[in-house]
Amino acid sequence: MENKNWKAWLYLLPAIAFLGVFMVYPLADVLVYSFEEGYNSASQTFFGTGLYNYSYVLHDPYFLQAVKNTFILVIITVPVSTGIALLISLGLNSIRQLRELYQTVFFLPYVTNTLAVGLVFMILFKKTPYSDGMVNLLINWFGGESVDFIDGPYWAKMFVMCFYTVWVVMPFKILILTSALASVRQDYYNAAKIDGTSKWRIFTRITLPMISPMIFYLIITGFIGAFKAYSDEVALFGTDLNAAGMNTIVGYVYDMLYGDSGGYPSYASAAALILFAIVFTITVINLLISRKNVHY
Amino acid sequence: MKVVLDHLTKKFPSRNKKGDTVTAVSDFCFEVPDGSLIGLLGPSGCGKSTALNLICGLEKPTSGRIFFGDDDVTNLPPENRGVGLVFQNYALYPHLTVRQNILFPLQNLKGKDRLSKAEMLKKADEAAKLVQIEQLMDRKPSEMSGGQQQRVAIARALVKLPRVLLLDEPLSNLDARLRLQTREEIRRIQRDTGITTIFVTHDQEEAMSISDLIVVMKAGVIQQIGKPQEVYDDPANLFVAKFLGTPPINVFEGRVAGGKLFLGEDEVLRITGVDDQAVWVGVRPEGFIPQEAGPLGCSLAGVEVMGRDTSVVSTHPAAESVSIRSIITAEHRIDRDAETVRFALKPNKVFLFRRDSEERIPFEAV
Repeated sequence: MENKNWKAWLYLLPAIAFLGVFMVYPLADVLVYSFEEGYNSASQTFFGTGLYNYSYVLHDPYFLQAVKNTFILVIITVPVSTGIALLISLGLNSIRQLRELYQTVFFLPYVTNTLAVGLVFMILFKKTPYSDGMVNLLINWFGGESVDFIDGPYWAKMFVMCFYTVWVVMPFKILILTSALASVRQDYYNAAKIDGTSKWRIFTRITLPMISPMIFYLIITGFIGAFKAYSDEVALFGTDLNAAGMNTIVGYVYDMLYGDSGGYPSYASAAALILFAIVFTITVINLLISRKNVHY
Repeated sequence: MKVVLDHLTKKFPSRNKKGDTVTAVSDFCFEVPDGSLIGLLGPSGCGKSTALNLICGLEKPTSGRIFFGDDDVTNLPPENRGVGLVFQNYALYPHLTVRQNILFPLQNLKGKDRLSKAEMLKKADEAAKLVQIEQLMDRKPSEMSGGQQQRVAIARALVKLPRVLLLDEPLSNLDARLRLQTREEIRRIQRDTGITTIFVTHDQEEAMSISDLIVVMKAGVIQQIGKPQEVYDDPANLFVAKFLGTPPINVFEGRVAGGKLFLGEDEVLRITGVDDQAVWVGVRPEGFIPQEAGPLGCSLAGVEVMGRDTSVVSTHPAAESVSIRSIITAEHRIDRDAETVRFALKPNKVFLFRRDSEERIPFEAV
């Protein structure tokens, strides 16, 4: 046994080495930076240790705005996208004809370039000297006033952001849920049918529990993904997210490192660790809830 | 509740594009007497599961009618027929406990049929008691053996007191020992409840051992209906004769000439009532009597002693299969080292079938 072990370690070595250099070391470094005040990466100097970085970040209005934005985004998009994806999957699962066509259509956003998608959203929402955007045309047609979705009121911008996020994350969820639904054995439905189970009861008592592991997986990854949102916001509102008031936590971290106000790795590290703490807490809560409601 | 199937036919569209159909069940006509246990028996793919699905309503017949008692249930959806179905793989809901599984059909009831919670629990307990799983009520299906899951499935099917109980290959997922035990259990439960029960199986032993009547099917067509022993003793055709009995019947190429039955060159019986013709001859394994001067001479291939009786494996040029297997009682001694063994045949264990249609030809031994 002993002399076989070194072989196992040898096989694991490349992965461990890469993970160590590019994951574990930077993570540990971030933890260290977050307690070092005024760390300068060029001169490798700092002038004190303590919790000041955290205090600064937590009192920074930009950070608080970013946290608020991120939370709104998470709370709206995760349930909405999962719910709609479930409805669409149920629909897909119960049709025979054109099923493949619809599946392809629903999956298209997943393989479409982010910038191309951003362009489409510009056409839909952006006000230009020539047009108010497609959505505004619709609103006008119904007799409403034009809304500036990109530079206008907060709720309008938030709406576009959520709409965009839901639309982008949906295809993957539909893909996962359709295959989960297809894997529920027909026998269960037949048994329920013979016992005269109503459609709603079949859905809540049989279908949902049977696909609950997949739904749970989507919720967890959805939460994590939404907390890490950044690039989609840049695609919509440009790089100066603080000015637009639409920054996210990851956006804040990025700005602290490289943005116009950049060059503050200590603040960035502290913010990143706060994000980690939030995601970790939410995931633990999810796991605790899932113990009761997920059936493997 | 008696069940009547009247010219029941089910055709499925074929996979190819020509619009052909596959007939899974063809012109079924039979009556299941009230309170009896019926075995639908046939090889894989003969349409027996389709027949069961038609009776429970999961499939709609192409033509024909189904009656439960005097009610025409042909167009009723499954939930209004009052059937309980036990699936081959049980289809117990894995996320529910045994109690929740058994309660499930009761919780579906609406309006005046709906019972109070206490009544439901009482009924579930009764059903569990009937199949002797009272002590397992809080387990999940995955925490039970196959035999226990089977019982839960039966309890779930019985809890709403169905008019007809249907079982699809109820024993096929159990090991040999459990199978014996469970089939007796099914018989007992059926007797206790008196519910008309139809079960599907490909295992002739299973069907013969517990059924009041067996229905032998082949390619969607009923071959014979009767009490197990009657069907065994009096098969309607070569298929039925081959399908029933372990070890299986031995089939020979034979001919009838001048009131004599020949197997190859051996004249084995004198018979009347049959015209001269080439025939298939089926001889049950227990139809052989070892005799020194017996008319049927076989080359001995092996002797297997099984205690109560002896199985003799031999070959004969006219036999359809490579070897013929005969079961003889232990009082006959067979010389293992002999090259040949000679048999006389018991006339009532010998069946003649037409070469073309494989229908049975009745004869009388002289």
